[in-house]
Amino acid sequence: MKLTKKLAKNLLKKMCLIRAFEEQADKSYMEGKVHGTIHVSIGQEASSVGSISALNPDDYILSTHRGHGHSLAKGADPKLMMAELFGKEAGYCHGRGGSMHIADIAGGNLGANGVVGGGNPMAVGVGLAIKMRKQNQVVLCFFGDGAFANGAFHESMQLVVRFELPVIYICENNQYAMSFPTGDEKTSEQLAESGEYYGMPGIAVDGNDVLAVRKVVQEAVDRARTGDGPSLIITDTYRRKAHSRSDRDAYRDKKEVKEWEAKDPILRFKKLVTDDDLLTEEEIDNIAQQANTSVEEARLFAEEAPEPALETIEDGVYAP
Amino acid sequence: MTTREIRYLEAVREAMIQEMEQDETIFLIGEDIGAYGGAFQVTHGMMEKFGPERILDTPITEMGITGAAVGSAMLSMRPIAEIMFMDFVTLASEQLVNQAAKIRFMFGGNATVPMVLRTPAGSGVGGSAQHSQSLENWFVHIPGLKVVMPSTPYDAKGLLIASIRDDNPVVYVEHKLLYKMKGAVPEESYTIPLGSADVKREGRDLTIVATSIMVKRSLDAAEQLAAEGIEVEVIDPRTLKPLDTETIIQSVIKSGRLLIVHEAAKTGGFGSEICSVIAESEAFGYLDAPIVRLAGRDIPIPYNRNLEYHAVPQVEDIVEKACDLVKARI
Ligand SMILES: Cc1ncc(C[n+]2csc(CCOP(=O)(O)OP(=O)(O)O)c2C)c(N)n1
Repeated sequence: MKLTKKLAKNLLKKMCLIRAFEEQADKSYMEGKVHGTIHVSIGQEASSVGSISALNPDDYILSTHRGHGHSLAKGADPKLMMAELFGKEAGYCHGRGGSMHIADIAGGNLGANGVVGGGNPMAVGVGLAIKMRKQNQVVLCFFGDGAFANGAFHESMQLVVRFELPVIYICENNQYAMSFPTGDEKTSEQLAESGEYYGMPGIAVDGNDVLAVRKVVQEAVDRARTGDGPSLIITDTYRRKAHSRSDRDAYRDKKEVKEWEAKDPILRFKKLVTDDDLLTEEEIDNIAQQANTSVEEARLFAEEAPEPALETIEDGVYAP
Repeated sequence: MTTREIRYLEAVREAMIQEMEQDETIFLIGEDIGAYGGAFQVTHGMMEKFGPERILDTPITEMGITGAAVGSAMLSMRPIAEIMFMDFVTLASEQLVNQAAKIRFMFGGNATVPMVLRTPAGSGVGGSAQHSQSLENWFVHIPGLKVVMPSTPYDAKGLLIASIRDDNPVVYVEHKLLYKMKGAVPEESYTIPLGSADVKREGRDLTIVATSIMVKRSLDAAEQLAAEGIEVEVIDPRTLKPLDTETIIQSVIKSGRLLIVHEAAKTGGFGSEICSVIAESEAFGYLDAPIVRLAGRDIPIPYNRNLEYHAVPQVEDIVEKACDLVKARI
């Protein structure tokens, strides 16, 4: 797989957009404009962008509570996302869902999820529907290392194998599930081994290397499309920020955080494309600048968008 | 007794610490209850105090956590399981509903399950649809389970100690917005018997039966209503099961008017049970007006701040309903 200038630009654009979006979301949260809590994926951009870059536009994803990156990588409009974080009517969920529940059904994002492992069983159904309707699509189901321990993960693995479904499970191993140190207990390679146990390929990949992620996901997608069934991929990465806005982050070594900062996926990719003479410094700066501009536009849009009308509070629970 | 002001979450913690100090069979199990201190800091410092043998930090395994409590309780341990948000009791409910609740009866009384499952319910912190539910009435419906819902720091401590010492599975429902509430709590250990309601304020014009956060809101409403000459009696059942029906019946006989306030969705909520208790009791004949239920709307909790606020009863809603009710006639 050759890295073209166009692809390099696209991957970098998405990663920069996600970073800028989440830094702004964090700021807006601190200013009291975003309610509840948010979970940012700063440092994990290569995992979402690399994976989703292997999809066609009509493929599907299922996302997690840490889902801004998945959403943007799948092509969501930052304006509608920011408006959702601000709880506005113009947001993806009309202000009903918030950060943890962003869904862009038309764009193939079947939803972030507030329940750890909540998407894994649903992926079975998405895979089934694709197969029953004889479509040539696939679904990427993202989940965290924390979901590995949960029954939902194991039941789903059995079913996708049994029905030979076009489902790719992507575990983003960012080493921690809140304070639980998955990374101390099991390496990504060890987690990947469970794929073999259930009867599917299990592959661990450097989750901060966007091209490496893209490559293994592309191979899994190709297998799924040609009827060769599901795969399990573990992207080895790191949650650089606290779990959420309510986490004091008292359980990990600051040195460890620093070490991972040095492995920043965006810096790494920038270095690669400049070393290979694919993009100039100026082109890279332009990309970062564009990301900042669209996030600033999104913020303004979200600030100015109207609140949901109180009279509509009971609408939408049931289909008519 | 030496009494001082502490917060609700500190009262919950103190109950656990004091019980653990005098009963070695008690242990805690749950997600992020160790170094993290629990998602709401309820178990803060307990790992340092009791160590990993008695503070069992787990991966994300709600059914496993609950099962660990059930099984160990059958062998006379006294586990306290923490489920981080009440929404996730959905995942724990197999072990709780099919196993814990049934074991004593189904095995002919040959085994008991002395466990507590602690969990925070409620909206008001922007948790949106999957982190804000109040599901207590599901468990009220299950014979074999007890359901406790403290509304003050004092009650939180006394009821938790009673729950730990109880030989049955107890679902102990905390409220996220109450965690920081301060109140007078004795330093010494004490219990509040499960099945005893508390009259939080006396009054003759109207009875309000409220649970959890709605007790505080009803008391605030009662204060405003008193300024308008309406004397409200506020009753907190404190335990939904067993339910102290007598205190509620006597109050309704006295006031002739009943307003029930809870946060959970109205349809099939605990208010329906209180309504039925009164309808079936001698108090029915004393009613001067139809019973009114003020509860959460029949919608998932929305994210938007304003919608979230209006999804469940607030002080002004209680004042308004109470004013209507004192004027109403059968
Ligand atoms: C079933 C369930 N249990 C507990 C939680 C609370 N919770 C939210 S995120 C989280 C940690 C998730 O860790 P992981 O899956 O590794 O994802 P990460 O947050 O690290 O991205 C926990 C325990 C939840 N949302 N769902």
